[in-house]
Amino acid sequence: MHPVEVIEMVSFYAFFDQTPRGRNRIRLSKTPISMMNGAREVAEAFGQSLGIAMGETSLDGMFTLEWTNDIGMADQEPAALVNGMILTSLTPLDVPGIIAALRHEEDGLGLSSYPPTAAQALKLPKSNVRPSLIQAGPLLTRPVVRARGLKAALAMTPEKVIEEITSSKLRGRGGAGFPTGMKWRLTRKSAGKEHYILCNADEGEPGTFKDRMLLAEFPDLVFDGLTIAGYALGSQHGILYLRGEYAYLWETLQETLRTRRSLGLLGANICGRQGFDFDIRIQLGAGAYICGEESSLIESLEGKRGSPRDRPPFPTERGYLQQPTAIDNVETLICAARILEKGVAWFTSYGTKESAGTKLISVSGDCARPGVYEVPFGVTVSELLDLVGGADAIYVQVSGPSGHSVAPKDFGRSIAYEDLSTGGSTMVFGPQRDVLDVAMQFAEFFVEESCGWCTPCRVGTTLLKQGMEKVLAGRATLSDLSEMEALGQTVVRMSRCGLGQSAPNPILTTMRNFPELYEARLAAVPFTPLVTLHDALREAVAVQGREPLSEET
Amino acid sequence: MVAASFKFNIDGIEVEATEGQSVIEACDEAGIYIPRLCHHPELPPSGNCRVCTCKINGRHSAACVTPAAHGMVIENDTPQLTSDRRAVIEMLFVEGNHPCPYCVASGDCELQALGYRLGMVAPTQPYQWPERKIDATHPDIYLDHDRCILCSRCIRASRMEDGKTVFGFEGRGIAMRLNVDAQGGLGETQMAAIDKAASVCPVACIVIKRHNYQVPNGSRRFDKTPIGSDIEAKRTRRQS
Repeated sequence: MHPVEVIEMVSFYAFFDQTPRGRNRIRLSKTPISMMNGAREVAEAFGQSLGIAMGETSLDGMFTLEWTNDIGMADQEPAALVNGMILTSLTPLDVPGIIAALRHEEDGLGLSSYPPTAAQALKLPKSNVRPSLIQAGPLLTRPVVRARGLKAALAMTPEKVIEEITSSKLRGRGGAGFPTGMKWRLTRKSAGKEHYILCNADEGEPGTFKDRMLLAEFPDLVFDGLTIAGYALGSQHGILYLRGEYAYLWETLQETLRTRRSLGLLGANICGRQGFDFDIRIQLGAGAYICGEESSLIESLEGKRGSPRDRPPFPTERGYLQQPTAIDNVETLICAARILEKGVAWFTSYGTKESAGTKLISVSGDCARPGVYEVPFGVTVSELLDLVGGADAIYVQVSGPSGHSVAPKDFGRSIAYEDLSTGGSTMVFGPQRDVLDVAMQFAEFFVEESCGWCTPCRVGTTLLKQGMEKVLAGRATLSDLSEMEALGQTVVRMSRCGLGQSAPNPILTTMRNFPELYEARLAAVPFTPLVTLHDALREAVAVQGREPLSEET
Repeated sequence: MVAASFKFNIDGIEVEATEGQSVIEACDEAGIYIPRLCHHPELPPSGNCRVCTCKINGRHSAACVTPAAHGMVIENDTPQLTSDRRAVIEMLFVEGNHPCPYCVASGDCELQALGYRLGMVAPTQPYQWPERKIDATHPDIYLDHDRCILCSRCIRASRMEDGKTVFGFEGRGIAMRLNVDAQGGLGETQMAAIDKAASVCPVACIVIKRHNYQVPNGSRRFDKTPIGSDIEAKRTRRQS
């Protein structure tokens, strides 16, 4: 292996370093939601206590303080990742206690281990992740009995399991909505030495946290679904790709797997079914939104940069290690487990014609009760807002930055694959919020998370952000807006994967749905240069040591 | 065994292809030019630049990485695609530092030639003016990172053809850069001027020292005929 290959991989992930950083890593979640809840004030408190700015390391090498993108805690922001442990609902008043605990830890116990243990987290103030499920529907109504769906599946042939999933009309819950039964059938019939089933728990879309809730509160259902899929595909290997931000779940998930092995729900001849051998391992991500894209996830699992692959070949033919692979969202697998347990008719009795079943919605922002809600497909945005106590919203971002910016005129639209398709993220913004400022933060998010592989996304995301900066500065003209729209559409058409194809959405959809907000910020002139004369002359002024004479004076 | 052959349609023209060919390979053979930048006929395709994006069966896909298939319907030379490709070329111009008038590759540069072919006058997007350093540590080759367009040709050539892994990417997104396999620069790597990786750069990022300006400006490859003319000539010849 060459050093250049190691650097290639390491430099891709936000959680890997090439130079030594602080022994304690404090990463504050930077999202519109965290900012609304006071993340900036918490950051300032940390900065003042440690005497460092964001991105810096203290002189004694004890602390590095930095921003990180959404860590899946939108219902309990401001949140932080500290040495992999999660702190929630932070205020500036919490900061001295956290720093003292970390210093104490440093004196007494040395470096904390990674993934972090619950025992370690107990020593930190605010390391408490509140249960997020607010409203359960048919899918998550308790009691949840381990392995019921699995046992029902094992009583059928694998083909019959796929048939059941197909007739349930289950579609991928990550947002893309690919029919799960078809994915499983394609993977099963592809020839290969091995078949793989991957669970995509790289829940990186800002504003969503329902998969985190499922892994924390319903881990056995997730593993039931993964095992059922393994049986249906003829696979012996299941892998859960867990985003690095959720490393705090590692210990309990491993414990769940151990229990399942001891109960014969994993391993050889599962539940006595001769010849069905299957096991699950967990692999951690390292801070890269793009790895939620299925082909990037595969690359990352293989220990490489998480750049997407070109398709064809599709993962169903050649995926992980070039073998037939199905990748399913956490929620999709839970649906599969419940369909096998409760039957196809039960599942299709909920939802709409094209969107069977229920959907887990992660709600955050300006609402009384943020959290996860299970609702039938077809629910309208205003029904959802009433449910969560967010009726005075002026703007709702459905399906995260890559989704739709919905204005009040469209609150009658419904959550369904055929209308507002969503992975579940729902960010609510009240009348006191600036829609364009939120769109700007989303544009910045895509600049940071573009993988860089292809030109339109790598460069286009930066150009779009610069265009938004000009709008927010009140310097954009009408022609700037039409150019920004054309640029955005080029990025949509020309980018290699879903990230680039959806990165212009926050700008394109706010332009479409809130045109009056853009118009209000326009400069009433036909043209303004991107760079002001003052900025253009800055270097010359510094060299000459004097300001140029202005004509007006 | 002879690979099966089949036909597809591009801009109304029937093209014959064989199993295993990409769309761009089949079109090259048929004398139909699809603008491209990162693709190199002697290297495996990587789909970095996206200039060869066509509308294939109604979906935008890069022709270099899309296997040709029977009955495909492809749009290539349309005003929309030309405009999108020009925008992508502009992005590459503003992302790096590309002073054509005094660049050593002027007239031999595929980026510049595509700019001309696609009708780019001057970039409409803001220049990013990145600060990048020249690596002159190698006795026979210098790396002018200002010109690098991250096409990955040298990375692929070094790994697949030279068996050396001299080049790689570093960082991600807009901060992504070409990196070499030694902290001290190219001079500390196994790179040699005769390597395939030294001859595939489409711009003036990898430049052989002491060999420049032997062909004067005005007499270089793309000074005489537009980029793609060699491919298009195959079809013209066949028709006449």
